[in-house]
Amino acid sequence: METSRDDFVIAIRSAFLKKGTQQRFSLLSLIFFSIIFLILGSFNFKTTDYIKIAIKEIVYRSSFIVSMPENLLKDGYLTIQNHQKLYKENEKNKSELASLKAKGLVNEFIIVENKRLKNVVDDYIVEADTVFAKVLSDKGSPFLKSVIINKGSKQGINLGMIATDAEYLVGKVVEVNYLSSRILLLSDLNSKIPVTVEPNGLLSILSGTGEDYGVIQYSKQYEDIQSQSIIYTSGTSGIFKSGIPIGKINNSFLSEERKVEFFSDFSQLKFIKIFSFLKNEAE
Amino acid sequence: MTELRSKNFIRRALSKIPLILLFVSVLNDYDFNYLSLKYFSFNFSYILIFYYSLKKSESLGYTYIFVAGLFNDVVVGTPIGLSSLMYLILCVAASYLRNITLRPSLIKDSIFFLITILIINSLLFVALNFIFNYELNYLDQIINITYTFLLYFLFSNVFDFFENYFVGSSNAR
Repeated sequence: METSRDDFVIAIRSAFLKKGTQQRFSLLSLIFFSIIFLILGSFNFKTTDYIKIAIKEIVYRSSFIVSMPENLLKDGYLTIQNHQKLYKENEKNKSELASLKAKGLVNEFIIVENKRLKNVVDDYIVEADTVFAKVLSDKGSPFLKSVIINKGSKQGINLGMIATDAEYLVGKVVEVNYLSSRILLLSDLNSKIPVTVEPNGLLSILSGTGEDYGVIQYSKQYEDIQSQSIIYTSGTSGIFKSGIPIGKINNSFLSEERKVEFFSDFSQLKFIKIFSFLKNEAE
Repeated sequence: MTELRSKNFIRRALSKIPLILLFVSVLNDYDFNYLSLKYFSFNFSYILIFYYSLKKSESLGYTYIFVAGLFNDVVVGTPIGLSSLMYLILCVAASYLRNITLRPSLIKDSIFFLITILIINSLLFVALNFIFNYELNYLDQIINITYTFLLYFLFSNVFDFFENYFVGSSNAR
């Protein structure tokens, strides 16, 4: 028992005090140094502060140089990671492109087939006499929902031509003068347009109300008209080409009548596209 | 003669590598943060100091270890002298183990290393938390200790290989 305790003391003493080869200080003296550093540092002793500042100067500068290889490694790692991400993205894009190409081919076929079928049913398919006109006056009358445009018969405007705001139908030409014309808007009480309600494909009539919305009339299948259904021209009257978007059934209006919220805001019309459709004579 | 001199120079340069590694590790603070590994951190300096104090105490001078500790404190932002104290306690433990060991084995060394780093980290935690009012995450400390202990096996073999095949010392084992 006594011997093992002696061994422990000898080993500890040797660990603390033996300097070994090329050692200037013993561990014990260095531990004392560290503790003195800690104590003086916590009391904000001036000499320690100066030593701290000197060490910080050396460390910050050398740290920048020493961390260069690791930074290089880090940058390399990040670059590889980015490349991997890019590679995966590229693979994904490739597969998406292939699927889109396939869809494009199907679309092309559908377009050709559509044209052929339209020819068969003698529908209008070619846009003609396109004129862009500026809205001169919008009276905003509650009785007559119409706008005056700055183009007339001189520019080739004819009665019955249709007016769109971008791709959305807004009305048709009802009055033509030499240098101006009047467009009757879809919201006018007298406006009656044959429409299709999609996705059901129901044929109906869209009537203006004198307000900023329209209503679906003369349909026996009101219950089939879902909210958010899209309204397109049906083309059955022979005036409009089929498939021009008009508006959608508004959810909040569903209670009594099937009210249609127009895609285009008629109070904000500035420019209008006036045109008509021709049958494709060439085919 | 010239060849012999150049060989000696290379050997001397290689024998300084642990010291260079120690200073690079404290200045660089290997953290592998850019790997975005949340539960991974280890203290390379502890492994290096323990291994070389145990196997080749002349490679890393105690004074250098003391200075490296001061540098580490500046980099990490802990009170100056604290890391030096911890490094030196690690050296004391390694030196004690060297004195009492007759037949060295990696398992015994690593168990002793684990006990030592547990004591050191406890001291560090107590000193930082209760004396210097630093906030420390307990879980981070445990993760750090665990990985430092586990990686001791790997680095011990790497250092053995380095000492035996590059520096050519026989007392590394």
